[in-house]
Amino acid sequence: MLAVFGGVVGCGAMAADAPVPLRPGAGGEAARANCNVCHTSDYIVMNSRFLTADAWRAEVTKMREAFGARIDEATAGAIIAYLAANYSVAGKP
Amino acid sequence: MRRRRMIAGAGAALFGAPAVAAESTRIPAELPDGTREVVHFVNPSDKRRMLCLTDRPPNYATPVNVFTDAVTPNDRFYVRYHLTGVPMSVYDMDGWSLSITGDAVERPVQMRLSDLLDMPSNEVLAVCQSAGNRRGFVDPHVAGVQWTDGGMGCAVWRGPALRDVLKAAKVKPEALEVWLGGADKPAVEGTPLFRRSIPMEKALDGDTIVAIAMNNAPLPVWNGYPARLVVPGWVGTYWMKHLTRIEVTSIPLTNYWMETAYRVPAGMFPVERPFVSQATETTVPVTELVVNSLIADPLEGGEVDRSGFNIRGVAWDRGSGINRVEISLDGGHSWQDALLDRPLAPYAYRRFILATGAMRPGTYRLMCRATSRTGERQAERLKINPGGYHDNVPRAISVVAA
Ligand code: HEC
Repeated sequence: MLAVFGGVVGCGAMAADAPVPLRPGAGGEAARANCNVCHTSDYIVMNSRFLTADAWRAEVTKMREAFGARIDEATAGAIIAYLAANYSVAGKP
Repeated sequence: MRRRRMIAGAGAALFGAPAVAAESTRIPAELPDGTREVVHFVNPSDKRRMLCLTDRPPNYATPVNVFTDAVTPNDRFYVRYHLTGVPMSVYDMDGWSLSITGDAVERPVQMRLSDLLDMPSNEVLAVCQSAGNRRGFVDPHVAGVQWTDGGMGCAVWRGPALRDVLKAAKVKPEALEVWLGGADKPAVEGTPLFRRSIPMEKALDGDTIVAIAMNNAPLPVWNGYPARLVVPGWVGTYWMKHLTRIEVTSIPLTNYWMETAYRVPAGMFPVERPFVSQATETTVPVTELVVNSLIADPLEGGEVDRSGFNIRGVAWDRGSGINRVEISLDGGHSWQDALLDRPLAPYAYRRFILATGAMRPGTYRLMCRATSRTGERQAERLKINPGGYHDNVPRAISVVAA
């Protein structure tokens, strides 16, 4: 990750442990690439499995609209489908 | 008049319990399955044995056994960030300064740490508790960082009162809010800076301080070195870490963190002093803590001595003080009063203890519930709200008497 410096004090983007691997599956690579930018993808695993597919859609929309995630429509759709299949309450064994 | 409370040596006599309590090793069972996959115990930065929820941004909970003490040590104090651009060491804060500007000051100023050190200081023993504390136990689960009950701590905070700091900039009568900003930064440009505000009334309260010391030491880097705001009785989200920027304004702060996050349905959680300028008809900001308590010893799943054992823990509220703590040994069917340690300060933990006496061998479900001086008692049922805030329903832990 690139360090983000600015202002009078330096706050580097941090080195951290590798996240828990995301489950293999269609859309998994897009999730790994896009959902590790502003936080570890452990945020996904931590929030499983109790969200519905709609709640995951709302989360991805929030990341784009409230937090400025640069994820295009098609990629967002693929990630939502991946989260619904692997991390939603419906996918719970 | 400046109040200075006597804190050193507090509670040494009556509650002189064994110095070494067992370290908790369990990941609480109520957490979501996925959370249980990611959380683990670690020794992060200048801390030791914390429950890591996420390491980027750093979110670390204090293990429950630490709350056998009324004061939480700096190296066990919880850590909460939203954004990943955080200082990694105190050296990242070299050149730190605090600016005070805004349309409601006459004379914008910039202060260095030495300026704060030169000012008269106030000392406040107060609980800092994350608004999302216990979110991970909320049933049904809600999205967010899945906090255990360790998203909190109580420390002796010392530094100048915010009102004295603001005085340097000459606050105008039309001042409505104090906007706060810290040094942490988002990873990408589109993410809103983490900025919060407090109403003038709370800003001018003498217990609201710019803390430059925590438990008689510099603040640990992840607890806000070199200076953080201390807003006693209010949830941690207002306790801005690495406080670099203050604006005193005549208008309410509008941003994602104020308008969308950290809000609860209007009327659900009564408060003493509402944050009027941030209230809407349907929602209000989470502000004052609700009365709460927890058992720190024995630990969930522990084995206890059937000839009798002590149940110890802490209770706290928004600052009125704790009046009563009751303990149940049977999952909430019957309750008996615990013995209370003397009150240390209005916003501090109050310790409690109950000696059980001899018991039959078997499994017991221990619970505690606190009542404040104003008569507020912990909720019997969760007041369900989208953010999973203010869960103060007594929680049972099981122990086996043998
Ligand atoms: C542009 C930055 C950014 C990107 C990219 C991003 N997030 Fe987030 N996300 C955030 C921020 C900021 C938070 C709040 C963190 C906190 O409060 O600890 C957050 C929090 C979350 C949470 C916790 C619940 C909540 O709403 O606060 C989940 C779940 C989550 N993100 C999922 C995702 C997923 C899935 C992706 C990939 C599609 C993603 N994020 C990509 C910024 C981002």
